[in-house]
Amino acid sequence: MDIEFLYWEGCPSHPEARQLLGDVLAEREIDAKVNVREVRSQAEAEKLRFPGSPTIRVDGRDVDPEGASARPSLVCRIYHKPDGRVSPVPTREQLEAALS
Amino acid sequence: MTLTLATEAPPFDLPGIDGRNHSLDDYADVPALAVVWSCNHCPYVQAWEGRMRELQRKFGDRGFRLAAVNSNDAENYPEDSFDAMRERAEQQGFNFDYLYDEDQSALRAYGAERTPEVFLFDPDRKLVYHGAIDDSREEEGVTQEYLRDAIEAVLAGEEPAVRETPAVGCSVKWKA
Repeated sequence: MDIEFLYWEGCPSHPEARQLLGDVLAEREIDAKVNVREVRSQAEAEKLRFPGSPTIRVDGRDVDPEGASARPSLVCRIYHKPDGRVSPVPTREQLEAALS
Repeated sequence: MTLTLATEAPPFDLPGIDGRNHSLDDYADVPALAVVWSCNHCPYVQAWEGRMRELQRKFGDRGFRLAAVNSNDAENYPEDSFDAMRERAEQQGFNFDYLYDEDQSALRAYGAERTPEVFLFDPDRKLVYHGAIDDSREEEGVTQEYLRDAIEAVLAGEEPAVRETPAVGCSVKWKA
């Protein structure tokens, strides 16, 4: 399993998202290396198709496919919870679905 | 440089989404004024803006006013344009002023770094609280309502018990 974790330092949500990803991997006993990469510029965001921080891809597929097509940008990414509220980190359910 | 506690509020004169300009002097009779750096696109702001509405609703009849200010570079972040601000305010039913700091002069004067970031001023327009709205992005996780408690204190003629907290949110988007 190939897991990519892309983040931008200007958004404070990435430690929480990394922790959540680590928790889900541990719970599911998935022994996979997480390739962590910092996105530092708009040019890099465009090259990596980075729609905001954090962006997590499993085998190349975004854990939130709906948000993956947003304009590449150095921003905090918006994730939507099942109840309609927004969050700067993906939901546990999104990560679980992506890793299943 | 961010404003320090007890500093007087720097003047501003900014267009609001209501079609009027709003200056600091327009709030001269307000006993507690919260100037909150904000924007449209940030998930932290979106998570907190319901609580901003609730504070304006709760304390509005006691004279409290909340003025949200968006200074973000709309060229690189078009979701934060003035037109988009109007749309968001309408969609979300904002009951507070939402001002556009296009030339970022207010941002420079206040030194905000995050959205949302609160600057609460007393009747003399001295900074009495700076930082976060409360201690949790998730409403159900809130244990300390910093801004609510600070507004209560100011309206009672007292100093807030907690005067400074770290603002948690998106970075403000400076123009190149």
